[in-house]
Amino acid sequence: MQYLLVLHVNESGWGQMTPEQQQQGLAAYLAYGEALRKAGAFVGSNRLKPSANSTTVRVANGKTQVLDGPYVDSKEQVGGYYLIDAPDLDAAITWASRCPAASHGVVEVRPVWQMQ
Amino acid sequence: MSFPEGDEARRTADAVARRSYGKLVAFLAARTRDVASAEDALAEAFASALVDWPANGCPKNPEGWLLTVARRKLIDSVRRRQTGEAASTQLEILAEGLEDAAAQAERDMQIPDKRLALLFACAHPAIEAGIRAPLMLQVVLGLDGETIASAFLVSPAAMRKRLSRAKEKIQQAGIPFSIPEREELPHRLDTVLDAIYAAFAEGWTDASGTDANRRNLTSEALFLARLVVELLPQEAEALGLLALMLHAEARRAARRSAAGEYVPLAEQDPTLWNAQMIDEAESVLYRASALGAIGRYQLEAALQSAHVYRRRTGQNNWAEVVQFYDALSALTDSPVVAINRALAIAELHGAEAAAEAMKDIATDDRLTEYQPYWAARAELLSKTGAYDEARQAYEMAIGLEREPTVRAFLQKRQGALPR
Repeated sequence: MQYLLVLHVNESGWGQMTPEQQQQGLAAYLAYGEALRKAGAFVGSNRLKPSANSTTVRVANGKTQVLDGPYVDSKEQVGGYYLIDAPDLDAAITWASRCPAASHGVVEVRPVWQMQ
Repeated sequence: MSFPEGDEARRTADAVARRSYGKLVAFLAARTRDVASAEDALAEAFASALVDWPANGCPKNPEGWLLTVARRKLIDSVRRRQTGEAASTQLEILAEGLEDAAAQAERDMQIPDKRLALLFACAHPAIEAGIRAPLMLQVVLGLDGETIASAFLVSPAAMRKRLSRAKEKIQQAGIPFSIPEREELPHRLDTVLDAIYAAFAEGWTDASGTDANRRNLTSEALFLARLVVELLPQEAEALGLLALMLHAEARRAARRSAAGEYVPLAEQDPTLWNAQMIDEAESVLYRASALGAIGRYQLEAALQSAHVYRRRTGQNNWAEVVQFYDALSALTDSPVVAINRALAIAELHGAEAAAEAMKDIATDDRLTEYQPYWAARAELLSKTGAYDEARQAYEMAIGLEREPTVRAFLQKRQGALPR
């Protein structure tokens, strides 16, 4: 089964880190991706640019509304995702617990609706 | 210093809950094997206590009070749920056994201790292995489902479902609430000990002790091990498990630096170890060895003891350590034991001998996701000078680690490898 691990993180955290800490942080994510690949669980992943770069679009009553910024305005924003293949929810939770984001933010485990 | 009556009632209730929860559940469920109903009745009894005790004062025998109330609630719920013959039979069973006991409890202030039987029921071979430890923690210690779910990395909804399915199974399959016969005991005891150790291991992953749920799990597991040892004092492996866990727990304070960094055993400050716990571990292990029935937990405790001795005295005892690993790998056939044995061989005979020993270690697909395997493998490879392979093994260990402090430590080790 596929699960989307949605990484909710505090966006201001990254800027407050020293270059050394940033490098260590990136290396941890690389190692995590590597472990996912080696275990055959990796499907896809991306890191997202800060939510200040977001634009939201909504069409209502025939009018299109375009707004700057993220949909939900909060300190914690979606910072990236991993799409993984796991035999069951327990396995997906275990992968989520290993994700570096789980120790500086929140990782949401969301099952993917499988199209037949 | 005086406390308001309400606070005292709450504290008494908390203390009784901690000390007697399992005893009361075991007692209430022993006849009907209906663990879930016993828990519900007991929960209601505790709720009543929190209303009654602040108003009327704490009873002299809180355990007896709770048992009496829980028994009444249990009988009420059977009446509500069932009608006809089934109900009257069950009511008879309940009334007969529980009334005597409740009366006795009032008299002696003692409730017969059936917790061991309850432990054996929870760890019965018919119960799925993975749910045995959670089941024990809930039924014998009264931990709530959410706490258990977090500790075992399972969604709370799934954990609740599995726990109730296991309780259902105890009742429907007629799993006995009894201590197995002599010839069956060692094998059945193994499953109880394994489940206790699984609970301890889950608690152990939170070394800094910042996660209260997890930290409690180690002390709850120690409590269960002490209980087994107290009730089965002649079982060497139960003593071995207790010694092993005491040794590990004794080092908790030394496992993190003042700055919160992970400190491996070889670099720990022995003065930070809990000397009292180590002494207890040693004497428990000594008691175990006198029983002359060696087993996995005693060997692992002996290994801990050997490591502690070396760190404390600075005296090299790798030969002894390798011997313990030899015995352990003969018993368990675990690749992690094999790797740790190779690490000890590296200390004793040098890297070449260790590389030779490593050749025999089967690479197993299941190990791909097992972090301790990769961490030990990385260390061994770096000792043998295979730096590129070591780097890759560290990469896997880092990717699979969930503690940020341990992750940082592994990254440091990986970075220190010669290019």
